[in-house]
Amino acid sequence: MKNNLYNYILGIADNSLILGQRLGQLCGHGPSLETDIACTNISLDLFGQVRSYFQYAAKIAGDQRTEDDIAMLRKERDYKNVLLVEQPNTNFAFTIGRQFLFDVYHLAFLTELQNSNDFTLSVIAKKCVKEVSYHLRFSSDWVKRLGNGTSVSKEKMQEAINGLWTYTDELFYQTNADKEMVFEGVGVDVTKLKNNYYSRINEILLEATLEIPESKWFQTGGKEGVHTEHLGYLLSDLQYMQRTYPNMEW
Amino acid sequence: MKKNWPLWEVFVRSKNGLEHRHFGSLHAADAEMALENARDVYTRRNEGVSIWVAESKNITASNPLNNGELFEPAQDKVYRHPTFYDLPDDIKHM
Repeated sequence: MKNNLYNYILGIADNSLILGQRLGQLCGHGPSLETDIACTNISLDLFGQVRSYFQYAAKIAGDQRTEDDIAMLRKERDYKNVLLVEQPNTNFAFTIGRQFLFDVYHLAFLTELQNSNDFTLSVIAKKCVKEVSYHLRFSSDWVKRLGNGTSVSKEKMQEAINGLWTYTDELFYQTNADKEMVFEGVGVDVTKLKNNYYSRINEILLEATLEIPESKWFQTGGKEGVHTEHLGYLLSDLQYMQRTYPNMEW
Repeated sequence: MKKNWPLWEVFVRSKNGLEHRHFGSLHAADAEMALENARDVYTRRNEGVSIWVAESKNITASNPLNNGELFEPAQDKVYRHPTFYDLPDDIKHM
């Protein structure tokens, strides 16, 4: 039970950690001052959520490790985030597309997690729901703007959705820990979120005058620790200071 | 991109009961985006409970060149401040 809960929390937290790091990479590089700040605000929201999760995970682990150790000092295979969130900031359309495809899932997931038997998780979920509602508002607004914008913005937005589509099905994959936690009434049964997810996504893509990708071939692996080549580079950025100067603080 | 986006003025109410104050300006494609941008740029440190945005071109401003005739005549008319009354001690907060 304890081990499953620990792994379950990591599965949730790593999505926010890796996506937060990705968005943080845009700090000072956003397409305009306003969108730059918006993306880093979302990044900070996600890091805030991550701290709550890892503090809880550290308490459950009950050993010497702190929230920082758990966040920063695992090996690549021990990160359980979905492949979607580790995908690079190829261009603004990809950043928005990745955010949008994750936010629709994230909001549905947190909405359900509020009903968890686990008091701490339900309280964290209650706090996060408001933040993530705004993230979704921001990302879906931009999907519609780019889709309805110029022929170039539409093409780039469509390209991003097509390119990222293959990572969407993994959101509904369950690890053994996930299944155990659903059985215990702690976890969210993500398989039940799938139909609503795709119909919500389709609605917004229609509004954006974008096409819904037809591809039925999907990537999985992230939740089991098998990642795309992008995660290693991201982690070397994330972990550099702690690896080079162990225990450094500021 | 930024060149094509018009400028907006942002007004934020810090607390219910207070008035909206001018906080600054930003670029946005339309009013809805201006509101979202204002939320992210100006209220990220818990500064506000309400936001107004107005496109800068819609604001009519006084010309600094006219400051002489507009504002200087008021400088030597201190009697327009209600400071020459003897207030009874019982009246507070005046």
